[in-house]
Amino acid sequence: MTGPGDVSDGAPLTPNDSNSTSSIRLPLEETTLRELRAGDSVLLSGTVYTARDAAHARFAEAIAAGEPLPFDVDGATIYFVGPTPARPGHVIGSAGPTTASRCDAYSPMLVERGLRSMIGKGRRNQAVKDSMRAHGCIYFGAIEGTAALLSQCITSAEIIAYEDLGAEAVRKLTIEDFPALVVNDVHGADLYDDGPARWRRR
Amino acid sequence: MPELRTVDVAEIEDTVRKLCVEANHELRADHVAALERGRAAEESPIGREVFDRLLENARVSAAERIAFCQDTGYAVVFLTLGQDVHLTGGSLAEAIDRGVADGYREGYLRASLVRSPVDRVNTGDNTPAMVHYDIVPGSAIELTLLVKGAGCDNMSALRMLTPAAGVEGMKQFVVETIEKAGPSASPPVTVGIGMGGTFDRAAVLAKRALTRDPTGSPSPDPKLAELEAELVDAINATGIGPAGFGGTVTTVAVHVESYPTHIAAFPVAINLDCHSHRVRSVTL
Repeated sequence: MTGPGDVSDGAPLTPNDSNSTSSIRLPLEETTLRELRAGDSVLLSGTVYTARDAAHARFAEAIAAGEPLPFDVDGATIYFVGPTPARPGHVIGSAGPTTASRCDAYSPMLVERGLRSMIGKGRRNQAVKDSMRAHGCIYFGAIEGTAALLSQCITSAEIIAYEDLGAEAVRKLTIEDFPALVVNDVHGADLYDDGPARWRRR
Repeated sequence: MPELRTVDVAEIEDTVRKLCVEANHELRADHVAALERGRAAEESPIGREVFDRLLENARVSAAERIAFCQDTGYAVVFLTLGQDVHLTGGSLAEAIDRGVADGYREGYLRASLVRSPVDRVNTGDNTPAMVHYDIVPGSAIELTLLVKGAGCDNMSALRMLTPAAGVEGMKQFVVETIEKAGPSASPPVTVGIGMGGTFDRAAVLAKRALTRDPTGSPSPDPKLAELEAELVDAINATGIGPAGFGGTVTTVAVHVESYPTHIAAFPVAINLDCHSHRVRSVTL
C-alpha cells in the first residue's frame, strides 16, 4: 500500500474509509463485481476500449441496423476518453477521463448487452444507474486533471474502429495499475452523493 | 496626430503559436500556488490526495512536454488593440488561426473543434480561435489566451435576474450552478462571474474574469472583493470537494467583474474553469 504522499503513476488512491485498495484484473469477475463498493480504491489492469459521444452514436446506429459492434461488449470495459496525439516514441498522449453523462443516452443499451464496467468522470443519470444495478455493471471515477499521469498507466494503444473520428476513434488500450475509485457499485450506492454529504456544511 | 506603430500580423501569429503550447504544457505558477493553498486548506484525505495528484500531473506534463489535460480546449483570445497600431501582412483573424493551428500541431495537442454543432465534422486543426477584440487608446497590443475545456464550459450558466433578486439572488444562482455541475466541472474550479451589462456582455465578462492574474487575487473594488470571499465560502460549503469525491475545497478562486447595466436588469453569467486552468498573457 502506498502512502498518501506518493503520487507517482500507478499509486492507488486512498479510499474514503477503511476499505483497502484492490488490484483488479479486467474483465471484472462476477464475484469482484458484487464485492466492490462505492468509495473503494482500485488499480485496474487489462483491456479497455475508448469511446466518447460520437463513437457511442455509431454503436447505437449499428445496434439499430443489426450490425456487430467493433468489439465484444459482453464483459468489456469502456473508458470515456479522447486522448491527445502521441509524441513520437510514446504509446499515447494525455488520456484523462471525460464527462460520462454525455453518453448516458447510450450506456443502458450497452449495459444490457453485458458491458461490465465504465471509467469516466461525473455523475450518471438514474436510467444508467438502474441498468447497472439490474445487469451488473460498475462505474469507476478517475481524475480528469491527471491526464499526463494516467497516460503512463497505458502500455498499448491501437485504433480498432471509426478512425475518421480522430481523437474520438475507438481504441483498444492495455492499462496497468490504473488508479480509480468505485463511484457507482451494483448495490445502488453513489460516491458522488456519499462523499460530498460527509463534508457539506449547510 | 499620434504616430502610427506598424506591426506585422506574423508577430501576433507567432505569439499565439507559442502561447498555445506553453499554456497546455505548463500550469501557470500562480495557479500552482492556488492549488497548493487549496491542498493546505483541504480537510478530506481523498481531497488532499487529489490535489497532490494534480500538482504531480503538472510537474510531469511540464517535464515530458505533454498536455496536462487531454481536453486541450477551445483557444479563446482576448485581443486589446491600441488604436494607434497599424497592422500589416494580411488578415489579423487568419493570422491568429494560423498561430492556433501551428501551436496545436507542434505541441501534440488535440483538435477538439467541429465545424458545426449539427454535422459535427472536426476542423482538424483546432481552429477557428474564439477572439474577443477591444480597441483602446495607445499603441500597445495585449493578448490573453485562455484555453477552455468543454467539461466545465458545459456546466456554466447565465440568468437574467431581476434587480429585486439582488446580490442574494445572485449568490443563490452561483451555488445552484456549482451544485448542478458537481463532479462534471472537474473541481477544484476557478469561477468567473460577469454581473451587469447586457445578456451578451455578462457572458464575455465572466470568461474574461477567469483570466485574472494571479488566480485568487481579490477584485480592486472592495465590495466585489468581499462578495468574492463570501462566494468562495458558500461554494466550499457544498462539500463537493476535489474531483467531486467530497471535501472542503471545491473552488480555489472566484473572480467577479461588474459592468453598468439597465435599470430593469441584473444579468449574471457564471463561467467555470476546471483544475486545468490554462491562461497566458503578453503585451506586444
